[in-house]
Amino acid sequence: MYGNDFAPPEDGPGGGLLGEVEAAEAALREAAARARRGGPAPDEDFAAYFADVIDADQKIEPRDWMPEAYRKTLIRQIAQHAHSEIIGMQPEGNWISRAPSLKRKAILLAKVQDEAGHGLYLYAAAETLGVSRDELVELLIDGRQKYSSIFNYPTLTWADVGAIGWLVDGAAIVNQVPLCRCSYGPYARAMIRVCKEESFHQRQGYEILHTLAHGTPEQKAMAQDAVDRWWYPSLAMFGPPDGDSTHSAQSMAWKIKRFSNDELRQRFVDMCVQQAEILGLTIPDPDLRWNEQRQAHDYTQPDYDELMQVIKGNGPCNRERMEHRRRAHSDGAWVREAAAAYAAKQRNKEKVAA
Amino acid sequence: MSSPFDFTLALGDDALIAAQRLGEWTSRAPEMEEDIALANIALDQLGAARLLLTYAGELEGAGRDEDALAYLRGDREFHNCLLVELPNGDFGVTMAKLFFLAAYQLPLYTALSGCADERLAAIGAKARKESAYHLDHASLWVKRLGDGTDESHRRMQDAVDQVWPYTQELFTADPAAPVDPATLRADFDAVVSAVLDEATLTRPADGWAPGGGRSGVHTEHLSYLLAEMQVLHRAHPGAKW
Repeated sequence: MYGNDFAPPEDGPGGGLLGEVEAAEAALREAAARARRGGPAPDEDFAAYFADVIDADQKIEPRDWMPEAYRKTLIRQIAQHAHSEIIGMQPEGNWISRAPSLKRKAILLAKVQDEAGHGLYLYAAAETLGVSRDELVELLIDGRQKYSSIFNYPTLTWADVGAIGWLVDGAAIVNQVPLCRCSYGPYARAMIRVCKEESFHQRQGYEILHTLAHGTPEQKAMAQDAVDRWWYPSLAMFGPPDGDSTHSAQSMAWKIKRFSNDELRQRFVDMCVQQAEILGLTIPDPDLRWNEQRQAHDYTQPDYDELMQVIKGNGPCNRERMEHRRRAHSDGAWVREAAAAYAAKQRNKEKVAA
Repeated sequence: MSSPFDFTLALGDDALIAAQRLGEWTSRAPEMEEDIALANIALDQLGAARLLLTYAGELEGAGRDEDALAYLRGDREFHNCLLVELPNGDFGVTMAKLFFLAAYQLPLYTALSGCADERLAAIGAKARKESAYHLDHASLWVKRLGDGTDESHRRMQDAVDQVWPYTQELFTADPAAPVDPATLRADFDAVVSAVLDEATLTRPADGWAPGGGRSGVHTEHLSYLLAEMQVLHRAHPGAKW
């Protein structure tokens, strides 16, 4: 249902994926409606009960027993996702002040605001696993937890805002749609909501590029330049090739992850090829071609050494992104302290009054 | 005395420049919730600006749309009050600016919603609901910061002192305008005094009263703001976005 069977151009990108999100939502409701066993019996093995729930494609909920490694894996993954939303506000936020029309300014402001919202409900989902948002924010600021490497690339022109929407949000959706069926209930539900909004963002990015690609020669060149710079980093968003991926097998068994990195990357490439044609832009890969036998496109892999360098902190903007976040946090400290002090005074007043 | 065009343009410019400044906070707010709130308020201001500038363009009848008015005028042709163009400063200064702006825009839009011009009345009716939220949001922060810690009290009082002189321009009498700003002063004073009292802050005395925004004579800050806002649009004359 990807690639060849892609939605017609008037529907723009994301049509098929949005259908999958809706199917996942329906499946979630169904699973909830199916009578659960109501928790393990007093003498039952918790681990066996957990395995049963996973096998039955039911959801693990915060009150349920879960293996410590499952909890840790989820905390790491959800927190990293939340951090990515928060750091991801920066590259696009970079163009709010210079958006070339008031309509585009409004759309971009709303989009970056959505990302803050996604960050908030992902932190809330992580909190159901017994960690606080403050702790997670500290882990980000201390550099002990990561965010998506893609946000360490700069947004140099307005077309980058379009390319981020089309490619980066597109890759994020391909990654996240299967998470709508993740075995952990709060994460699955958060992802359904996030994916719906991301799909909207992807369309907006695509529309920006479409307008540029059909505009003046300078605008078209700007659009092509952005695609040239964002294509391979977007492919790298799916992580290392399957052979080198460290967390995959266990996450698959737990039904946190449903497809391998390479499967999702292939899906993304197949999806983008036709969209690029409609845009009238060229994907910067001379070896990109349809493989009749595989029924998929052959393509050039991203530079994984570069990905490792960016993950290690040596991308073009790692330092700036972290410094920006740290500064916002430390500049706001006096405000948060004041809010806490004020709330405490109000509580005291209420006590006295009572 | 201002024509309906001048009046509408000035209100549109207030909203546009306020939106531009608030947008600068994105990804920089003290809390994630506040990042979302400031973006919301920026979006409200931008929405009002688009309605007002579009209507101003129609009143003028020279074929200028919202983007022509926003992107292709120089600072001497902008008619916003000086208050909105002042730099954001720290969060206290931003809240002082927003508080005074909302305390002015709420009675203004409310009065506008009952004026004879149907388009302005409709814009006023929509915008006043948003202004009520802005006022509520800013008032809460003025109180939290004023009556929070010693540091926040000092910063909030500084912010109020710094911004206060710029509020006087907002109420310059203009009896010919669809709403005479001078008539809004009593509402503004009542709200401001009540909130500052509760926030344990001192209302500054009226003294120095900078002005000129309404006639296109601005602070040094506006030209920089416009340079940034307009750079891309102006680099591609006639392009569609």
